[in-house]
Amino acid sequence: MTMFSLTWSNLFRKRTRTVLTLLSLAIAFLLFMLLRGVADSFAGGNFNLVGVDRLIVAPKYSVVDSLPVGQERQIEAVPGVDAASHANWFGGQYVDPKNFFAKYPVVPQEHFDMYPELLIDADQLDAFARTRTGAVASKGLVEKFGWQVGDIIPIKGDIYAQDDGTRLWEFELVGVFSYPDREPAQNLFLFNYQYFTEAVEDRAKDRVGWWSVRLNEPERAGEIARQIDSLFENSQNPTRTATEDEYSRQFAKQLGDIGLITTMIMGAVFFTIILLTGNTMTQALRERIPELGVLKTLGFTDDQVSLLVLSEALLLCIAGWTLGMLMAFGVLYVVGETLESILGQFEYSAANVGAALGLAVVIGLVIGGVPAINARRLTIVDALRER
Amino acid sequence: MTEIVRCTDVEKRFAKGKQTVDVLTGINLSIREGDFLALMGPSGSGKTTLLNLIGGLDHPTDGRVEVGGQNLNDMSDKALAKWRSVNVGFIFQFYNLLPVLTALRNVELPLLLTNLSRRQRQQNARVALEIVRLSDRAQHKPGELSGGEQQRVAIARALVADPKLLLCDEPTGDLDRGTADEILGLLEILNRDHGKTIVMVTHDPKAAEHAGSTVHLDKGKLVEEVPA
Repeated sequence: MTMFSLTWSNLFRKRTRTVLTLLSLAIAFLLFMLLRGVADSFAGGNFNLVGVDRLIVAPKYSVVDSLPVGQERQIEAVPGVDAASHANWFGGQYVDPKNFFAKYPVVPQEHFDMYPELLIDADQLDAFARTRTGAVASKGLVEKFGWQVGDIIPIKGDIYAQDDGTRLWEFELVGVFSYPDREPAQNLFLFNYQYFTEAVEDRAKDRVGWWSVRLNEPERAGEIARQIDSLFENSQNPTRTATEDEYSRQFAKQLGDIGLITTMIMGAVFFTIILLTGNTMTQALRERIPELGVLKTLGFTDDQVSLLVLSEALLLCIAGWTLGMLMAFGVLYVVGETLESILGQFEYSAANVGAALGLAVVIGLVIGGVPAINARRLTIVDALRER
Repeated sequence: MTEIVRCTDVEKRFAKGKQTVDVLTGINLSIREGDFLALMGPSGSGKTTLLNLIGGLDHPTDGRVEVGGQNLNDMSDKALAKWRSVNVGFIFQFYNLLPVLTALRNVELPLLLTNLSRRQRQQNARVALEIVRLSDRAQHKPGELSGGEQQRVAIARALVADPKLLLCDEPTGDLDRGTADEILGLLEILNRDHGKTIVMVTHDPKAAEHAGSTVHLDKGKLVEEVPA
C-alpha cells in the first residue's frame, strides 16, 4: 500500500457517489472542451483564407441583407481596387439537413481569380464557366459524399426558391477544387451565379451577399475601405468594408458574442460543479471524522491528514478531467467531421487541454481546501468521540 | 523492572459552557515495563481520559506525564505524532479499522509513516497477522470479518510497529464473553511472551482478572491499586 492507494481507496468508499461525482466532473470538462472549441473556431481559427490584399464589402446593418450587383462597377472604379467579385449565402439542404456545408453562387472565373489559393484544373474551371447549372465542390466535400464529376447534385433551397416556386435546385458537378496543404479545408460548394440570378425568385435577382475586393495597393486598405463605404453611404444599400479577417469576426459577432456566451455557460456549469462536489467532499469528510482521528492516533501528523483529504479532492478532479478528455476526444472522433462541416474547422488545442487541467486543479483546491483545513484542526479526542 | 509510565500530580479539566469540569484530579501513577495493568472505574470516572494522556493523544491541564523517560508535556503535536507512531499501540472498543482497506492493509497502515520498503511493510504486516492468528483473512475487509476477528486485526495493527506500550480502551466491550476471553488471552500472550506493557481500560471485572494489577478510578481520582 502507498499513500496514493490509500487516497484512491478512500475516494471510492461510496462507489456510487464517487462515480456520479466523477461523471458530473467529466461532463463539465467535456462541455468545456466543446465550447472552447466552438469559441476558438469563431474567434478566427476557421477563417483562414485571409488575404492581406483583400477586403470584404458587406451590407452595413446585417448579414441577411443583400447588395445590388450593379455596385461592382463603382467599387472597381475606386483607386487602389484591382478587381471585385461577389457571392451569396445560399443556405439550402443536400438530402438531409445534417449535411451542412456552405453553398455560394459565384461568377466562376472572377471567383477563382479573386482566390488564387483555391486549386482547380483549368479545364474544369472552363467547364464551370460554360455550364449554366455547373457547380464545383471542395475535395473534402466530394470525398465525404462520394460524388463524381458529372453527378447531379440536388439542393433544396430553404432561403431561395426558383421564380416558379419550386425549391429544388439541381446542379451538375463539373469540377473539384482543393486547398493548399497549409490551409484548413472548408467544405464549400460553388455554383454559377448566372443560373442563380436567372432562376431565383424576384426578390433575389441581381442581388449579392457580399463583395470580395482585391487591392493593388494593400498598404492603403483602410483608406480604400472608407472610400468604398462613402460611395454608398447615403444610398439604399449602405456597406461596411473590412479586411477578410475582420469581416469574419464581425460575422461571428452578429451571431452573438460566442466567446462571452461560452464563458458564461462554462462559468455557470463550473460554479454548480463546485457547489455540488464541494458539498459531496464536505459530507464525505463528516462521515469519516473518527477515521481521521484514528490516523492521527497512529502517528499521522495534522499536515499529513490534511494533505490526504486535499489529495482526495485533487485526485477526484483530475480523474474527472481525464475522463472528460477521453469523452471529448471520443466525441471529436465520432462527430468531428460534422462539426467541421458546420464550423469550418474544429479541433482541441493543447492550450485548452492544459486550461482544463488547470481548472481541475483549481476546483480540487477549492472543494478540498475547507475539508482539509477542518481535518487539520480536528483534535484526536474530539474525532474519536464522534463514533 | 524499569518504570515505563509515570504520572505526577496530573489534572485534567474541561470547559463545558461557562463551567469547568474536573475530570482527573491529582493522579499519581507509576507503571513498570512488562506490566499488564487494568484501569477500572464507573462510566465518567476519567479512565479513557487518563489513557489518552498516557498515549499522548491529549495534554494534561496540570502535572506531568512521562513515558519511557520522555516528558510528553514538552512535546509539540508533530513530535507527539511521531512519538506515538514508534512507541505506542492503540486498541479501541470499536476496533476503528478503515472499512475500505483489507485486513492486511489496515495492519500495514502505521508502517506508511516509516522508511520501510513496500515489500518489508507487507512482510511485517503479515507477521503481525500471524501473531494474532488471522493470516487466512488478510485479504478480507473489516465488513467481512466478525467482531472478534476485527479486534484481532486491530491488535495486529497496534503491534506492527513493535511498540513497547499497548493502550487498550475497553477492548472487549463490544464482544461476547467467549470472544472477549480469546482477545484477553491474546493480550496476555503479548504481555507474557512478547514483553509488551499493557494498560487496559475496562469496567468488566472478569476482563480485569486477566491483568497483573488493577487500579480504580472514581470521580477522577485514583482510589486504590490492587495487585493481582
